[in-house]
Amino acid sequence: MSGYVELFIQSVFVENLALTFFLGMCTFLAVSKRIETAFGLGAAVIVVQAITVPTNNLLYRFVIEPGALSWAGLENVDLSFLGLVAYIGVIAAMVQILEMTLDRYFPRLFNALGIFLPLITVNCAILGGTLFMAQRSYTFAESVVYGIGSGTGWALAVVALAGVREKLKYSDVPAGLQGLGIAFIIVGLMSLGFMAFSGIQL
Amino acid sequence: MRPLRKLLDRFEPHFDQGGRFEKYRALYEMVDTLFYSPPDVARHAPHVRDSTDLKRVMWLVVVAVVPCTLFAMWNTGHQAALSMQQLGLDQPLGWQGRLIGALEVSVEPVSVGANILVGALYFVPIYAVTILAGGFWEVLFAGIRNHEINEGFFVTSILYALILPATTPLWQVALGISFGVVIAKEAFGGTGKNFMNPALAGRAFLYFAYPVEMSGDAVWTPVDGVTGATPLAVAAESGVTGVVDQGITWMDAFLGPIQGSLGETSALACLLGGAFLIYSGIASWRIIAGVFAGMVATAFLFNAIGSNTNPMFAMPWHWHLVLGGFAFGMVFMATDPVTACVTNAGRWVFGLLVGFLTVVIRVVNIALPEGIMLAILFANIFAPTIDHLVVRNNVRRRIRRNA
Repeated sequence: MSGYVELFIQSVFVENLALTFFLGMCTFLAVSKRIETAFGLGAAVIVVQAITVPTNNLLYRFVIEPGALSWAGLENVDLSFLGLVAYIGVIAAMVQILEMTLDRYFPRLFNALGIFLPLITVNCAILGGTLFMAQRSYTFAESVVYGIGSGTGWALAVVALAGVREKLKYSDVPAGLQGLGIAFIIVGLMSLGFMAFSGIQL
Repeated sequence: MRPLRKLLDRFEPHFDQGGRFEKYRALYEMVDTLFYSPPDVARHAPHVRDSTDLKRVMWLVVVAVVPCTLFAMWNTGHQAALSMQQLGLDQPLGWQGRLIGALEVSVEPVSVGANILVGALYFVPIYAVTILAGGFWEVLFAGIRNHEINEGFFVTSILYALILPATTPLWQVALGISFGVVIAKEAFGGTGKNFMNPALAGRAFLYFAYPVEMSGDAVWTPVDGVTGATPLAVAAESGVTGVVDQGITWMDAFLGPIQGSLGETSALACLLGGAFLIYSGIASWRIIAGVFAGMVATAFLFNAIGSNTNPMFAMPWHWHLVLGGFAFGMVFMATDPVTACVTNAGRWVFGLLVGFLTVVIRVVNIALPEGIMLAILFANIFAPTIDHLVVRNNVRRRIRRNA
């Protein structure tokens, strides 16, 4: 149990996808101007990550991993060259299914998330989460924890960035730095704050 | 005071628009408002009239830091004298040592005057470089961007100087304050516009860029060959018993004659400053109480969990309070009105978060001995979001109430 807690904390803070690996930067910077939308996007990332990482984990362990097809009697088949394509396909499909489900049963949430759901398909934090999972050979249970944790970490970072950027409406940023420039500086300073967790051992 | 006013008035036209030194208007204003209240005040309706203003507020903070500063100088000298006595040396490190040798001051741990002199020889250069390097950027930005130079920089600079180790190379001092002032403050438009404490950002920058000069055993006392870990590092190694075994009682740690960054060692001096800040209404008592409560609760939590391998789990809260920079950070850093939360409920949350994180980092983060610096920086990041949530909840509650 403590192993899962550790993995969760590790994936939220120590290995924060946005602030230590700088993944998903395009959405991170583009959709962090208002806190409310950042909350929506963050929630969507958590949900998608929590679904796709475990799904890809199953795919990885039973189809793609070298020797994974032994259950079908094919011990020597190595499909790992298909990994990237397969993961992206799963992510795109999952997002589509999620979108249709939300549209049908939770129209309010669907409307709130709006464009962000389809955008998430191409968010590299999502694919990054899956690739880390494959690289580290997580078990299924670990992949569930890692999916939720890494999504939460990304969501936390994007909400905080949106908070800071909303506050900066009252600031006086030099003309040359306005917009993306200052956003990059903020993200850098935020990474400095997140260094607090580098080296946590439970 | 009359001649001074006349002098200032005589110079003023040169700094007005079209004057010879138009670009340096900010410098003139700085000197003028240092001595006199600004003549141009808001006269129309929606302004509160008060005898205080931002400049006086900042000066009061500087006053509150005075006990820490004096103690910093005495303690630096005292620690140096103790180590020299132990090692049989008669001079501390660097040119300061040669100067003391030339002045034929006998450095004894008991002699208060000599201790303060030695300490000042290390503290004053660090502070002077901070003022010069940071002031250069302040004036540059004020001149080009046409805003005023604010006393806020005095607060930033003294706080920054007090959280450095006594042996910090001066070029690193300059680099750190430059990072703090330019990246963490001026890039956002100057005083009141930043979201991260500039003094702490500069210190954290140095910590990660030059870990050798900023941490370890050899940086705290400016005497050659001294390796004395800070009590907090000793506690991380062997728990509170290890600290007590070195002959350091809780009272020692509370009063402050122990190893550590220049101004952070005396919890008493920090709390004196804190009492003054709360009394004068400058620091938010909610933040200080929040940090304290968060630290106590988390310390109890770790005490209850317990651990066989990590002695920090067992450290009681009253030791957390006096070791390391906790008291200093709680009083002077967390309460920065710009980078902390601004709503009252948010201040509690902010404080609790800082206190909680400090103990978490101290106990379970093997890589970092001290937690308060990064805990505050981390809380700074989330302060606007916390405020936002507080305001949103308030709005929702009122909508419900009046529905």
